[in-house]
Amino acid sequence: MAKKRVVSTTINGNQTEFLCEPRQTLLEVLRDTLNLTGAKEGCSNGNCGACTVLVDGRPVDSCLVLAVEIEGADLETIEGVACSEALHPVQQCYLENAALQCGICTPGFIMSTKALLDENSSPSEDDIRFYLAGNLCRCTGYDKIVRAVQDSAELMASNGIDGVQIDR
Amino acid sequence: MATADVDTAQTNGNGKYKVIGTRPIRHDGVDKVTGRALYGADVKLSGMLHAAMLRSPHAHANIKSIDTSKAEALPGVRAVVTNADLPEVGDRIAELGEGAVNLRHLSCNVLAGPKVLYKGHAIAAVAAENIHIAKEAVGLIDVEYELLPPVLDVREAMEDSAPILNDDVRTDTMGELGNTPTNIAAHFRYEKGDIEKGFAEAKVVVEREFDTATVHQGYIEPHNATALWNKDGHITVWTSTQGTFSVRQQVAELVNVPLSKVKVIPMEIGGGFGGKISVYLQPVAALLSKKSGQAVKLIMDRSAVFEATGPTPGSYIRVKMGVDAGGKITAAEAYLAYEAGGYPGSPINPGCMCIFACYDVPNGKIDGFDVCVNKPRTNAYRAPGATNAAFAAETVIDEICDELGICPVEFRLNNASKEGTRRVDGVEYPVIGMADTVEAIKSSAHWQSNLEGPNRGRGVASGFWFNCGLKSAATATVNADGSVSLIEGSTDIGGSRASLAMQLAETLGIAAEDVNPAVVDTDSVGYTDVTGGSRVTFATGIAAYEAGMDIRRQMIARAAEIWDVDADQVRYEDGTIIGPESSYTFKELAELVIKTGDPVTGRGASSAANQGGAFGTHCVDVEVDPDLGKVKILRYTIAQDCGTAIHPSYVEGQMQGGAVQGIGWALNEEYFYGDDGSMHNASYLDYRIPTCYDVPMIETIIVEVPDPEHPFGVRGVGEVPIVPPPAAIANAINNAIGVQMTELPMSPPRVVHEILKKNS
Ligand code: FES
Ligand code: FES
Repeated sequence: MAKKRVVSTTINGNQTEFLCEPRQTLLEVLRDTLNLTGAKEGCSNGNCGACTVLVDGRPVDSCLVLAVEIEGADLETIEGVACSEALHPVQQCYLENAALQCGICTPGFIMSTKALLDENSSPSEDDIRFYLAGNLCRCTGYDKIVRAVQDSAELMASNGIDGVQIDR
Repeated sequence: MATADVDTAQTNGNGKYKVIGTRPIRHDGVDKVTGRALYGADVKLSGMLHAAMLRSPHAHANIKSIDTSKAEALPGVRAVVTNADLPEVGDRIAELGEGAVNLRHLSCNVLAGPKVLYKGHAIAAVAAENIHIAKEAVGLIDVEYELLPPVLDVREAMEDSAPILNDDVRTDTMGELGNTPTNIAAHFRYEKGDIEKGFAEAKVVVEREFDTATVHQGYIEPHNATALWNKDGHITVWTSTQGTFSVRQQVAELVNVPLSKVKVIPMEIGGGFGGKISVYLQPVAALLSKKSGQAVKLIMDRSAVFEATGPTPGSYIRVKMGVDAGGKITAAEAYLAYEAGGYPGSPINPGCMCIFACYDVPNGKIDGFDVCVNKPRTNAYRAPGATNAAFAAETVIDEICDELGICPVEFRLNNASKEGTRRVDGVEYPVIGMADTVEAIKSSAHWQSNLEGPNRGRGVASGFWFNCGLKSAATATVNADGSVSLIEGSTDIGGSRASLAMQLAETLGIAAEDVNPAVVDTDSVGYTDVTGGSRVTFATGIAAYEAGMDIRRQMIARAAEIWDVDADQVRYEDGTIIGPESSYTFKELAELVIKTGDPVTGRGASSAANQGGAFGTHCVDVEVDPDLGKVKILRYTIAQDCGTAIHPSYVEGQMQGGAVQGIGWALNEEYFYGDDGSMHNASYLDYRIPTCYDVPMIETIIVEVPDPEHPFGVRGVGEVPIVPPPAAIANAINNAIGVQMTELPMSPPRVVHEILKKNS
């Protein structure tokens, strides 16, 4: 077995160092070493998007990235999306639109939605469907997810990314 | 305790509800959008080992020997198990709430022996310090196989010359057993009226044959199980499942311990659709834990999910239908053969009962066959058996409509089953909403709109599913701040915490947000059947309602005590407890509860209530690319009888999700097999479920014909919407390009093939 490596990175704004084997994927390290289990494993080969995280702002399937590759990168996971006080507008809009049923795809969709809206603040329905085609959802039929993204874009256009306090 | 008349729940005026029909944020929502919700794969226990499974590379073979010695010798390996570690369970049938199972077959499916019956069949499992060592060890296990020819097609498997999969299987013909080994495990037959006379009365008779491919539920979360076999003999299982009590029973039976020794803790479940009821990993993790003395976690990979868990059957179906000059069905006949996979148990019987269920068929005959083939053992998938059947019946109807020049919507209205209609299998309907769903489509903006352009067409189809009742239990406790905790055992697969909390809130006249629902383990709530059969909002809903009524009785009694009046002078109205001289809000009395006597805990259960069945009618516009055969969905509308929609957003979501699964089934999903019986597309990329780029918005019309069996009129919603899509899309393709598709999926090569056939 190859020797373990130290990797330094920023995760959700915090400077982080971890040890990993060269063969370990970023997803494995996030989930098993760093206890960030919000990224889900649906396929482990880049087909489902459940493991989506943002690396330097770009959405990537963390099951396809080796953990050693993120040395020096700025990483954002679902755990870092809400601020301590409130949900992010995207999270809020997913909830209000009932855009999740089982919820296993939701962290990945929210990360991809965030990346989409960072790139394009007023996407058309077609833009949304094209951008999110790498995230699979088997429960919702996507209708309410697309609406949640449309609402997120509107809410962020009027409120910025200020979260909305929710009553729960 | 004094009792008072609280037979009916108080609602806010004439049949209008205060909570039901609103769209609150689901109670588990924040956890699920922040990544905090814990699913099966997220379990972590101290000293936990990780396990991997060896699976058969062959579709049909005898296992001559298994040598695990090299695997056991690998440093870091703690335990290895094979079928030899499973106790002999004998030929017993276990009733699992939503269907019976032969325990020996279940046991051999969990760890194969003495044969492997499909590629991917589990053979041995290794627990090790980490998953990489476990996987390495799996590669060190030597298995000697004697290869046998596989049989993959249902009709070939029925032939006398076919290789036999299970030498203990005899054909069960309505209770009578045959006496030679066969792949045909069961033959069902239903008859009604005089079929010959019926066909003689018909003006048009159409007979067609259909083939449908094996398809998978495709839930995004793979199967998982973590087990701890404790030194005191107690087994705890953490798993995502549709039925904790069903897992408890299956594990107890397969590892041969009393039920009371097994506790199942439900993790959040990442989709199931019927596929997470049967056990695969749970007993294996338990055995590995017993051998190693440590907790063991076992997770499937995606290809194993496709190759080795229960898809829904491929099928061969023949339908013959006769209709008279007035457009009335005079006779209908069907022959259905479903692939059970390696072991018996396809949903052939529901397929038979559903095939003509939407219509009043005066003379009918249905034969159904359950047939073993070298594919994974099939399991329930959303309205199991009904979609294949509807594809056949509903497209034959459209062909007849074409010949007679009748509008397909009018035909469906004219022949719709209604209260009192007797199905071919003998069941007489209570109040149902079949015709109402067709009416809703007829008056929809979609049906009223014009569809123009070349190669475009519109199709409709209807579908039926029984929905079941079964057993549920719930308790609810009143907290001092006026909130109520709801404790239930139905794992929440798509928002049922909310739909149950809302029913309790409605019953008590409090806000949905003031109910805290919790799904708990098998030691912490009364027996509850699976989350399946579209039963949770119905049956666990009744349990929640009953628990609420129990609380109301106790609250009335408590108020009477405080006021020193007779309980019958106190009434409960819209969240207020009203006495002769004063009243309490629920919250005020809740605060007094602890100070004045026993805590208030309500209990409720449901077992007797059964659902009346539900119907849906779908309308779809498609555009067919005549060169590529690709079918694009332009517009899609669903009308479905939902009884009473508790949380309309999640009701719509069920309809939309079911329809999109049906669209995938219709257009591209299939198990693609080589002649050697290996699946060639066991990945999401190659199996290809619909992405959001493949489908449009799905319009929904909620039709509400309340089910009198439920206090609020709930009908299950989850399953019906997968039934009509393949048929509706086939009818739309025919309308677009004049080609009648009889095979699923209607993938580009098949559509092009039919187009070329028509043109030559
Ligand atoms: S788990 Fe990474 S894409 Fe599916
Ligand atoms: S909500 Fe279940 S997969 Fe998307």
